[in-house]
Amino acid sequence: MHGDDGGTLSVAAPGAEREFRVEYLTRVEGEGTLQLRVRGTEVVEARLKIFEAPRYFERLVVGRTGDEVIDIVARICGICPIAYQMSAVHGFEDLYGIEIDPSVRALRRLLYCGEWIQSHALHVYLLHAPDYLGYPSALAMAADHRAVVEQGLSIKRLGNQLIAALGGRPVHPISVRVGGFSRAPRRTDLDGIRRALDETVEQARETVRLVASWDPPALEHPQPLVAMRHPAEYPFNDGRIVSTDGLDLAPGAWREAFAEQQVEGTNALHARTHDGAVYLLGPTARIALAADQLHPLASEALAATGLRDAIRVNIHRSIVARAVELLHACAEARDLIDGYRPPAEPRVAFTPRAGVAAWSTEAPRGLLHHRYEVDEQGHVTHAQIVPPTSQNQGAIEADLAAFAPSVLDLPHAEATRRLEMLIRAYDPCISCATHFLDLSIVDAGAEEGTG
Amino acid sequence: MTTRGARSRLRVGVAKLASCDGCQLTILDLEEELLAIAERLDIVEFPEASSLRSAGPYDVLLVEGSVSSPDQAAEIVELRRQAKTLVTIGACATAGGIQALRNWSDHDAFRTAVYPRPELVESLDTATPISDHVKVDAQLVGCPISADHLRELLAALLVGRRPQIREEAVCLECKRRGYVCVMVATGTPCLGPLTQTGCGALCPAFGRGCYGCFGPREQPHAESLARTFAERTTGPADVARLFAGFTAWTPPFRSIVDQHGGPPGRTPGGPATKEGVGDARR
Repeated sequence: MHGDDGGTLSVAAPGAEREFRVEYLTRVEGEGTLQLRVRGTEVVEARLKIFEAPRYFERLVVGRTGDEVIDIVARICGICPIAYQMSAVHGFEDLYGIEIDPSVRALRRLLYCGEWIQSHALHVYLLHAPDYLGYPSALAMAADHRAVVEQGLSIKRLGNQLIAALGGRPVHPISVRVGGFSRAPRRTDLDGIRRALDETVEQARETVRLVASWDPPALEHPQPLVAMRHPAEYPFNDGRIVSTDGLDLAPGAWREAFAEQQVEGTNALHARTHDGAVYLLGPTARIALAADQLHPLASEALAATGLRDAIRVNIHRSIVARAVELLHACAEARDLIDGYRPPAEPRVAFTPRAGVAAWSTEAPRGLLHHRYEVDEQGHVTHAQIVPPTSQNQGAIEADLAAFAPSVLDLPHAEATRRLEMLIRAYDPCISCATHFLDLSIVDAGAEEGTG
Repeated sequence: MTTRGARSRLRVGVAKLASCDGCQLTILDLEEELLAIAERLDIVEFPEASSLRSAGPYDVLLVEGSVSSPDQAAEIVELRRQAKTLVTIGACATAGGIQALRNWSDHDAFRTAVYPRPELVESLDTATPISDHVKVDAQLVGCPISADHLRELLAALLVGRRPQIREEAVCLECKRRGYVCVMVATGTPCLGPLTQTGCGALCPAFGRGCYGCFGPREQPHAESLARTFAERTTGPADVARLFAGFTAWTPPFRSIVDQHGGPPGRTPGGPATKEGVGDARR
């Protein structure tokens, strides 16, 4: 366990510069580097460098139809392909004025539940838990905590089975089409999953209790939060973009409040509000902004942890937020299957038209915005894809700067490990974020007051 | 069946180049078998899953992703040097992946379209399969790879035999499973006759045409199918559109894309029109 922040071993002389580096961040998706420079007790530079090779997705989709875009953008991320498919499909349906069947809408939520279940179980158990229990990996952790790892794998498997039932396979499923699905499942296709879900819901409840019992490193650094919000649902595919600062926007109107911009003196494209503020997306933000829409079981489990306010100020507690959402997704999946009636037609016909197809949905890691300019044939002429990790990068660096002073007295290797653990708490998805690439430098002084 | 004892466990690494991580995720998606596999193989390098690192040597190295940056071109040579057996996994590693569509376009036009300061982007003009750069001992195709193929590969490694992966067309598997042929029933263009199976004829099962994510099987008759499509679709651009997918850079599909004007959205001046691309094999 590493919940103790004591253990002063050395204090650097004032003015002496120390550097903490992680050359290859592990247990995150994609390739990135952490660098932090400190003078005395002052953080002079906190940067997350992403060296994942660019793949130019926003240009690759030019000339393509909505259905082709759905297949292509899935390949931005093997862990959250459905999020990419969802932001794209809703954008095109909104532009083309397509009213989808209510059963199709429910299936889209069910599919998204599958992705949240597998992605959150992957992060909580296989990527993040080893930090709390003191192992280099879940595979190593299994030697002493086999039941914990097996529980995580079991939940994750259920998520993958759900995705495969609706979309054919867990990674890059194939059924999502503009206007609906290429095929809708029969009720009997979901029977096995429905039976298994009773146990999975219990496992997810146990997950919340388990991760809430782990002591995180101390941090008190609230940041502005942004998430989707819907009047009757926990946010997946639909709702308005809201924030702790009172923002309230249509899902396609991301650009009215935010922009990707180059930060002064750096090479990075970061997303910022138009006022230049950083903000945080993901489970922490959704819990803060939409907890009243959680499934009653998830709501009850969150209340029992007594950590709702702690989640808000310490990103290390994101593991609790993620576990609560894991439970929500399992419980909602069970309800959706119980209420499922196959649509009369899985897919409605449509006629493309020129305009802008823009939408946002809630990927496991946070709000994912897509915007496509489309010509009369329905071919994309310009695309903008804003993944959650590129929006979170500013908040990650601000948290690094806020957190670093508390680890400076630890042995160097342990301090570095704690900094890497902080980044992991965001569940960064670097393959997704690659189009904003490269390093950025956050001056500790300049970031004060963004909380 | 004999298996290796704990003392002689194979040192296995998993590495990535330009990719979505979906193929290495398929390793973690083995779920129920994962812990048993991890006990029988010594996974010494798998940064997506473990903070323990090893720069080699490896008995077996699984590599995902295409070679898309100068660093990766150097890295794959070093990885090859460290690996007794190098296995490429997935469409990016074996065929260049979707990002290989840039090989038909001017790289600077692509860079400028996405990055405000394109000169800062370290990226090669082309995204190419690993076999264009180093010798590859075995491969698993697919976008993503099939979990069944992966199980077979790992089982074969454990007992020291060659993996047995059936090579046949999606079309044949589709017939065997009794799915309705989407080309016959609805006139939907389908790459099933040309494409290797491994997916279980997934797209036809869902009423879609196959989009070739497992790549061409041996000696596919791509040109005659392309002629059929040209008669049924609205013209050559739509034929190029069908073949310009996740395995477009494989020679059989590339040739069809070339004959039909290149992929949608291509810019003039791409390296695909120049000599030598795809012939970088050492």
